[in-house]
Amino acid sequence: MLGTALIVFREIFEASLIVSIVAAATRGLSSRLRWIGGGILAGILGAMLVAGFADVIANFASGVGQEIFNASVLFAAAGMITWHVLWMSSHGKAMAKDLGSVSAAVKSGARPPSALLFVVAIAILREGSEIVLFMYGLAAGGSSMTTLIAGSALGFIAGIAAGTALYFGLLRIPPGKMFSATNWLLILVAAGMASQGAHFLIQADLIPALGSQLWNTSALVANGSMAGQTLHALIGYDARPTGMQILFFIAVIAGIGLTMSLQRKSAPPPKKKSGNPEAVTSPQPG
Amino acid sequence: MKRSILLAVSAPMLMVLAGCSGGDIPEQTLVLENHKFTPDQIDIPHGQKVKIKVENRDDAYEEFDSDSLGREKVIPGKSSGVVVIGPLETGKYPFMGEYHHETAQGLVVVQ
Repeated sequence: MLGTALIVFREIFEASLIVSIVAAATRGLSSRLRWIGGGILAGILGAMLVAGFADVIANFASGVGQEIFNASVLFAAAGMITWHVLWMSSHGKAMAKDLGSVSAAVKSGARPPSALLFVVAIAILREGSEIVLFMYGLAAGGSSMTTLIAGSALGFIAGIAAGTALYFGLLRIPPGKMFSATNWLLILVAAGMASQGAHFLIQADLIPALGSQLWNTSALVANGSMAGQTLHALIGYDARPTGMQILFFIAVIAGIGLTMSLQRKSAPPPKKKSGNPEAVTSPQPG
Repeated sequence: MKRSILLAVSAPMLMVLAGCSGGDIPEQTLVLENHKFTPDQIDIPHGQKVKIKVENRDDAYEEFDSDSLGREKVIPGKSSGVVVIGPLETGKYPFMGEYHHETAQGLVVVQ
């Protein structure tokens, strides 16, 4: 039973951390519960779908379909987070001043929560499909149903509890710093996802590793340890990273950082500016 | 705005396309039956890439999992999957079938 609980916990834990970061990052947006709930639901449905087609995915692309699939969803999630973070940073000042106007801006067209819905869905889809396959195997192998259900319930509850703890931890950040703190956290998550995506492509031998092991910190923080798993979910931590993973990690952070500083330069105090129609989303008065 | 996002996202993507590598890699077969690996030890030369074909003869799904090799791959029942490892430093690298880790254990030895 504990074995089952542990495996379920490991999968739920990572998804749960992502969901709680998203929840904290969208605090103050009136529609967020609907978006996050929708993301969770879509993720669960997706997980069952992916598990159901696991054979097809695995045999696709001469045996590396799974790696390509994982890498694609990770890159897509990283892209969505990037979109959200850049949107937040370009609207951040207005938001910090007036939370009401954020909701208004969100309703009026630009929709970052929808990007994060996708991120929540993907996090759950990836981890959830593995749980489904694992449980399916146990059930097919004749394990007792009670043990199976008790074990996974235990793992499930513990995983959700860890995510909830992170969420309430994040809420303790002073409101003024909340946006930049969660934004930075999201940037790290995106960079970590991109480097995990790269790792899958290396496993499939589609891209070079650029050094199969740049360093080894498994004595300090092992991949399988609690700390290792937490860092894996947050920044894509790998105790023995390849050069390519580091490159992806840095490229995403540098790309976002650069774009953010360009945004700041090109968008001085709100004035009418031609040539960039999307940047004109001035908060509604009142 | 859109263009800047495209830039931030497309840079790593382009590197992927540019870096496609191929070539012949030596292959070794690992059979999984009754939740046990045969052979349970694979010897590979140091500093070389090796393709491991995992053949799952059981009905259940298995996840080939190794922390030290940094590999994780679900292998459906009655099916096989390929995992590329290396080039690696000399040493011992344990792996397991995560879903049946009580019995499914093995070792990659790099010489």
